[in-house]
Amino acid sequence: MTEFLQQLLNGLSLGAIYALIALGYTMVYGVLRFINFAHSDVFMVGAFIGYFAGKHLPHGTVWGGLVALAAAMAGCAVLGIVIERLAYRPLRGGPTLNVLITAIGVSLFLEYTGQLVFGATPRAFPAIFPAKIISVRGLVVSMNQVIVIVVAAVLMVALQLSVYRTKIGMAMRAVSLNPKAAQLVGVNIDVVISFTFGLGSALAAAGGVLYALNYPSIDPLMGMVPGLKAFVAAVLGGVGNIPGAALGALILGMVETFVDGSRWSTYKDAIAFAILIGILLFRPAGLLGRFTTEKV
Amino acid sequence: MPKPLIALITAVIAAFGVSYFSDRIDPYYLDVLIGVGINIILAVSLNLVNGYTGQFSLGHAGFMSVGAYLSAALTMLVGPRLLGDSGGTALQQGLLFLCALVAGGLGAAVAGLVVGIPSLRLKGDYLALVTLGFGEIIRVIFQNVDALGGALGLNGIPYYTTFFWVYAFAALTVFTVVCLVRSTYGRGFIATHDDEVASEAVGLNTTRYKIVAFVVGAFFAGVAGGLYGHFKLTITPTGFDFTKSIEIVVMVILGGMGNTTGVILAAILLTLLPEVLRSVEEYRMVLYSLLLIVLMLVRPKGLFNFDYLGMATRLRRKLWPARE
Amino acid sequence: MFRLLRPLLAAVSAAMALSAPAYSQETIKIGEYASLTGKEAAFGQSSHKGTLLAIEEMNAAGGVLGRQLELITEDNQTKQGESATIVKKLISREKVVGVLGEVASMRSLEAAPICQAYRVPMISPSSTNPKVTQIGNYIFRVCFIDPFQGTVMAKFAKETLKIRKVALLTSVSSAYSVGLAKYFKERFIADGGEVVIEQKFTEGDKDFNAQLTAIKASGVEGIFVPGYYTEAALICKQARDLGMTVPLFGGDGWEAPELIEIGGDAVEGCYYSTHYSPEVDTPAVKEFVAKFQARFEGEIPDAMAALGYDSAGVMVDAIRRAGSTDEPAVRDALAATRDFPGVTGSTSMDKDRNASKAAVIIMVKDGKFKFVQSIAP
Repeated sequence: MTEFLQQLLNGLSLGAIYALIALGYTMVYGVLRFINFAHSDVFMVGAFIGYFAGKHLPHGTVWGGLVALAAAMAGCAVLGIVIERLAYRPLRGGPTLNVLITAIGVSLFLEYTGQLVFGATPRAFPAIFPAKIISVRGLVVSMNQVIVIVVAAVLMVALQLSVYRTKIGMAMRAVSLNPKAAQLVGVNIDVVISFTFGLGSALAAAGGVLYALNYPSIDPLMGMVPGLKAFVAAVLGGVGNIPGAALGALILGMVETFVDGSRWSTYKDAIAFAILIGILLFRPAGLLGRFTTEKV
Repeated sequence: MPKPLIALITAVIAAFGVSYFSDRIDPYYLDVLIGVGINIILAVSLNLVNGYTGQFSLGHAGFMSVGAYLSAALTMLVGPRLLGDSGGTALQQGLLFLCALVAGGLGAAVAGLVVGIPSLRLKGDYLALVTLGFGEIIRVIFQNVDALGGALGLNGIPYYTTFFWVYAFAALTVFTVVCLVRSTYGRGFIATHDDEVASEAVGLNTTRYKIVAFVVGAFFAGVAGGLYGHFKLTITPTGFDFTKSIEIVVMVILGGMGNTTGVILAAILLTLLPEVLRSVEEYRMVLYSLLLIVLMLVRPKGLFNFDYLGMATRLRRKLWPARE
Repeated sequence: MFRLLRPLLAAVSAAMALSAPAYSQETIKIGEYASLTGKEAAFGQSSHKGTLLAIEEMNAAGGVLGRQLELITEDNQTKQGESATIVKKLISREKVVGVLGEVASMRSLEAAPICQAYRVPMISPSSTNPKVTQIGNYIFRVCFIDPFQGTVMAKFAKETLKIRKVALLTSVSSAYSVGLAKYFKERFIADGGEVVIEQKFTEGDKDFNAQLTAIKASGVEGIFVPGYYTEAALICKQARDLGMTVPLFGGDGWEAPELIEIGGDAVEGCYYSTHYSPEVDTPAVKEFVAKFQARFEGEIPDAMAALGYDSAGVMVDAIRRAGSTDEPAVRDALAATRDFPGVTGSTSMDKDRNASKAAVIIMVKDGKFKFVQSIAP
């Protein structure tokens, strides 16, 4: 029983990280109808910013960790906005394939520039938050896991609030429903899109820092696999749907963890993709999504 | 005899001729040329799917791996039994290799069918990701099949790939794609690419065209995989991952989606460039990615996307005006 | 007058021949392929430094056969498929006499068929998977092989750590890991121990919580992790985070400064087997460490560096004994290597072209690698 609970906790922690990344994917897709391939690399940049911030901050303190997290989020928000402005905005209105290719280009650019600048060798991420282990009746809870879950939950609630309770959130929802109509009622599309990118990128950065906290080996290509899985999570929950992304991520995290601990652990990457294909075949709108005729 | 067929036969004979003298060529250059040929097959076959039919597939390396593994399994496991201890004559080896390559291609074609069918319902981004997913699933499966070496892959594959095989198949690939595109099938591909909904509305069976594109593309990718395996002598599942698919996609985009000549030129360039730029390897990928971005912003048609036939015709008219 | 011409000509040419410089302008080229960048850059960088030091030393001492040595190094970036290409390039373009490389068995397995096909001798400094030298008679190595290493660790676990029930956590994506796990398991069970649970992972994995949780639940007394340093460090860390206090131990793939950098406190008290330790008290080792530190700004050489150094030494020694750069002659001389005084011990090639060497056990203590004991074959 303890093992089961422990795996549950592990799955929760992993799912929380996937959720943070998935939210970025889902938001951008909701507003722009395209998959930002470069999102996984923004996640990586966030981890690296956290790494460098952590070098200048005292280790093992809560405030130090929060500052590093904030720095990463801010930095990546800017990065996301810049990418959108330079690479995606000029192609708006054109064939979506072109933007997809550009996104791949940006992704590769970030990865290989990262390799150039940081070297491809993995680096050790500093323990920016206090690392403690609490044992609760045989269940071992590491402080890092708790931080991941708490921070992810806080950020998701904050996101949900901003999307449903603020003006700009309303603008975002309007644009995702019908961009032209939104413009007609006076929504400044450019601002909304920039904001969406900034927000999504900040969340990815948070995901990156938290991921690096739990798995303290960072390298420029670290974003590829978590990014793909987070995307699967977003699709699972229903792309464009915020609670859906969180739900999908949680499910994916759990399934992956349980598979990992079983005999078929080496298939765990394939599981994520099998889920993706399954969902797209049988329920393309995702678990919580709404069916729109365009997609399929 | 129709012109493309003449061209094909000429190319095959030429390839055989060059291959005959291949020991006079510096082995390193020969290697590079073989690499170019394999990439031409990969790029042209992907172009059929991505370029002409507009189905953005990111899993081409997965088909390549199916072909590589299947053909290697045949030559390594079945081969010795058929050829006996002596290893067989050159003709027997060649025949075995041909069968292995075709078998690999067919296996990959089946995989193409499996991937193609679910993909019918998806568009653009989703299709890209599903094909990527399939590519990864294929990789993970191979990683777990111990009979095929598991994660360590297959080692000691016999060195059957020669200049002749590579370029004969390259010519065959180009021939097939060009003929397909010029036929009524080709109209179907292009119609599907331009506007699926409209095509369906006028009664075209876009399903059929998409599947055909996938299957044919996958077949040749499988053949390329077999050639690759018998060239590098070692294949591992991770050698055929998402990164490899992206490399092929870049060739197609650079060459201009839907322009076979452009894609061939792009394949040549992008195979030679890494060899030439080996010393600045780290900058190469950065430049590639920048190239992709700039290309999409400035010239989305592709760098090599020119109307070569038109250019050739105009040149011919200039040189021999009397002929008109 | 003309009658004097011929003897004069003979005298002049004799004088020219006698006064010709002892060195010919042509250098002897030795090729090296290593993972200088990429995921296992620590290995490549380390072995390259050792090799470079050896070549520079031998050149300063006059080279070999009256010629200077030229080391041509190519980087495979820890990528699949690259080793094959660059080794072909070294052989056909640079016309190297011999090839040195690689640290990782997977990449050695990739390049060895090419060296064998072109009949160019290859020495791997530290690939321990037995398959490498089985590729052909032109492939050699200067280190022990995994059947030995697995046995060493199995004995150590059983006798020194007093572990009877062990867990195995293997990487399925490296030839080294799979091989070492197999040999460890064989010996451990033969000695009466029990392998209670076996879990797997793939290189590049970051999350081992699931596997470690399952291992924890099985109640083993130790965990054998025959993998490379990045994953090993993460595994130790996550194991400690899960509250597991049992010892973790592994093989020579653990040896890199990153193990401690990434693992931190978690790797304290963990053990691994390797080929040499800078703390071994022999004049050869002490001299080597001093020379290395002088050349590379105080860096302490690890096993990969020491083996890189020895592989170069053995290759050049073979050339010297062969008396020529003719590849078959060099190959035969290599096969006949007996008692070559290497930094990592006296090196002799056995009939399988492997070297029979002692292993050392290292423990991580106070953030440093400490020598524990040496185990002879």
